[in-house]
Amino acid sequence: MTQFSVPWQPRPAHPYGMASRAVIALAQSVYGFAAPIVSRFPGAILISAVIATCVGVWMHSVLFGWVDTQLIQAAVTLPDYTPPALSLLSPSTWGLTPSVIHALRVDETVAASVAGLLDYVLWPVQFWIVRDVVGLGALFGLFNVIPVYVIWWERKVAGRIQSRLGPMRVGGWHGWAQSPADGIKLILKEDLVPAGADGPLFRLAPYLTIIPSLLAFLALPFGATYVLRELDVALVFILGVLGAEVVGVILAGWASNNKWSVYGAMREACQMISYEIPMGMALLVPVICVGTLSLSGIADVQQGGWFSWIAFSNPFCFAAFVCYFIASLASLKRAPFDLPEAESELVAGFVTEYSGFRWSLFFFAEYAAMFVICAIASIVFLGGWHSPLPASWGGGLGDGLLARGLTGLLFSGPIWLMFKSVFLLYVQLWLRWTLPRIRIDQVLYSCIQVLLPLTMVLVFGATVWTWASTGHNALWSTVEAATRIILGSIGLVFIGGFIAIAGYGFYHRRRMVGNLVQDVMPGS
Amino acid sequence: MSIDRVNQLSSTCVRRRFALAPALLVLGVTLLCGTRAMASSGGEVVTTAAEPGSLLEVVLFYAVATMTIVSSVAVCMSKNIVRMALWLFMTLASVSFLYFLLAANFLASIQLVVYAGGTLVLLVFGVMLTNKSPWARYTPGKLELVGAAAVCSVLLVALWLVFLRAEWSRLPGAFAGTSVADLGRSLLSVYVVPFEVAGVLLMIVMVGAAHLARQDK
Repeated sequence: MTQFSVPWQPRPAHPYGMASRAVIALAQSVYGFAAPIVSRFPGAILISAVIATCVGVWMHSVLFGWVDTQLIQAAVTLPDYTPPALSLLSPSTWGLTPSVIHALRVDETVAASVAGLLDYVLWPVQFWIVRDVVGLGALFGLFNVIPVYVIWWERKVAGRIQSRLGPMRVGGWHGWAQSPADGIKLILKEDLVPAGADGPLFRLAPYLTIIPSLLAFLALPFGATYVLRELDVALVFILGVLGAEVVGVILAGWASNNKWSVYGAMREACQMISYEIPMGMALLVPVICVGTLSLSGIADVQQGGWFSWIAFSNPFCFAAFVCYFIASLASLKRAPFDLPEAESELVAGFVTEYSGFRWSLFFFAEYAAMFVICAIASIVFLGGWHSPLPASWGGGLGDGLLARGLTGLLFSGPIWLMFKSVFLLYVQLWLRWTLPRIRIDQVLYSCIQVLLPLTMVLVFGATVWTWASTGHNALWSTVEAATRIILGSIGLVFIGGFIAIAGYGFYHRRRMVGNLVQDVMPGS
Repeated sequence: MSIDRVNQLSSTCVRRRFALAPALLVLGVTLLCGTRAMASSGGEVVTTAAEPGSLLEVVLFYAVATMTIVSSVAVCMSKNIVRMALWLFMTLASVSFLYFLLAANFLASIQLVVYAGGTLVLLVFGVMLTNKSPWARYTPGKLELVGAAAVCSVLLVALWLVFLRAEWSRLPGAFAGTSVADLGRSLLSVYVVPFEVAGVLLMIVMVGAAHLARQDK
């Protein structure tokens, strides 16, 4: 059976092993079972999965918090409590046994048999390793879901901006299963290493790219208690690990032994080390104003609603936010700074020689890093996990389960951080499909001659501003309050204008973008 | 390299590619255990290293120390310049991990930012810009070897003397780490002169580098 005549020797067919066959059978049976249901209710399944995830994460946090406050703190105050000696792996700091847990749960509202079971269910939750595994699982899941759905969303946004629909087929509702399907395709694709490449480095490079962006999630707080490792230097840590990501990209370009890849990697190195400086300096401005490097500490000073957000606290922070956003676009190699993968000049830049699974790792790393950068921007400048309403308004709600849920939805909860980060992510996508790519000399000019001096001035100005506000001068307090109100109003006008334009676009969604713009925009 | 060899390589690669996923997971879990947030009774969260003396800490220390030593020896032994840079990256990253184990979070993060992220990229960038061949090899001359050996032995003796004279004692409990605020205060009060001297030195180096790099002198 000769289908094509090829200049190389065809490879002998490789029979599937037992494990592969089992996986294939499993996949086929799951598909056969799920496909009819999924194609019947696609949107409902997607939305309920999102809601179920949120509720699941929240219930875990409530459970851990309850064990902390009700069991562990009660155990510490027991008269005959002795903390356990450090055991082999020192898994728990408290050493509660099921009988201690049973004694501590004084409210016997459940039946005795169930209650006995409950002691054994609660017992593992005291161990750090259990909590770490649960938290790491959640982060790993998020790390996988974000790129998949941001890529789908990017394709939809690109489609809308170019007056087309984007993915519409796979999965039924607006092609929502397009990205998972692409992922499966990428895993099954052949993994090629070019003959002239430096093999070990070529295979290692994608992992060196993806591990730093995974590590950044370890220290990223999603809410006041939703953080895997509360670091006092979380900001520097995240910047550090994201900066180390570039090593993988450079090695990928170098090991490919292909001039397009090397050009891409060189542009990336050049761009990355230039833009790291204005990015770090722009983040120094709020750090100077607040006086801490801990992301939770920075978010804590922004509890007072919209006008207390750091971006509106003084003009230097406002300008620093803009500088940070531009510099982060460049260090993430997003348009208009996406020269390392400029497809019109460099084929695909440093990923030219990659295929399949390794290729997808680069994009996982890139999109996850985009999310981390946006989350940092939201935490440092835009109030973190606090809503535009002052947190003090929720003070009268109490401490019940429902009250906590309401507080999380209305005042401060991870959902707000996700919302803000995803909005900034949308702005990144929007810029990518709107602005043309700029030249390499323009990229470097805008860094070294515009952003760098500007951020230096901002750091100096923020220092002077902070020094002035330590004096508790009445006149200065008035100036500060007035500044907050003016800058906050500018922000309100921006967001209001955005919502108005988006609403107008949604109202006229049946029209083509081109002639809609021609009708509305003056001078077109 | 023949086409058969390529085919053979790529098919082994297909089989091996999932083996790296567990390695990734193991790395993540080890890094997790390195620093450990301990909730004190007041609800305040303090970051400390793994409990001193616990098996976990000892295992992590020896693993990371071995990695540091192996990769720094590999920097010297490898001939390919880009491989050298990669091993240097491994060395710097594992030194940063050792700092994390010591609860010196700020120092560890700065190590990542400055050395692993900045200096190393600059180094690789320089290698890429200056080398004509992609397989640039470096073999040290005899004079260089002698010089390096002299410097290394002086350094070794000096370090050995310091280690012999130091009084080693174990900290009583979990070490809470040094706060960044304390570090900043001491840099700008007690150690302000060395700090400023280092700053001026770096400034001079930068001006000199800019002067050397100028096209029209």
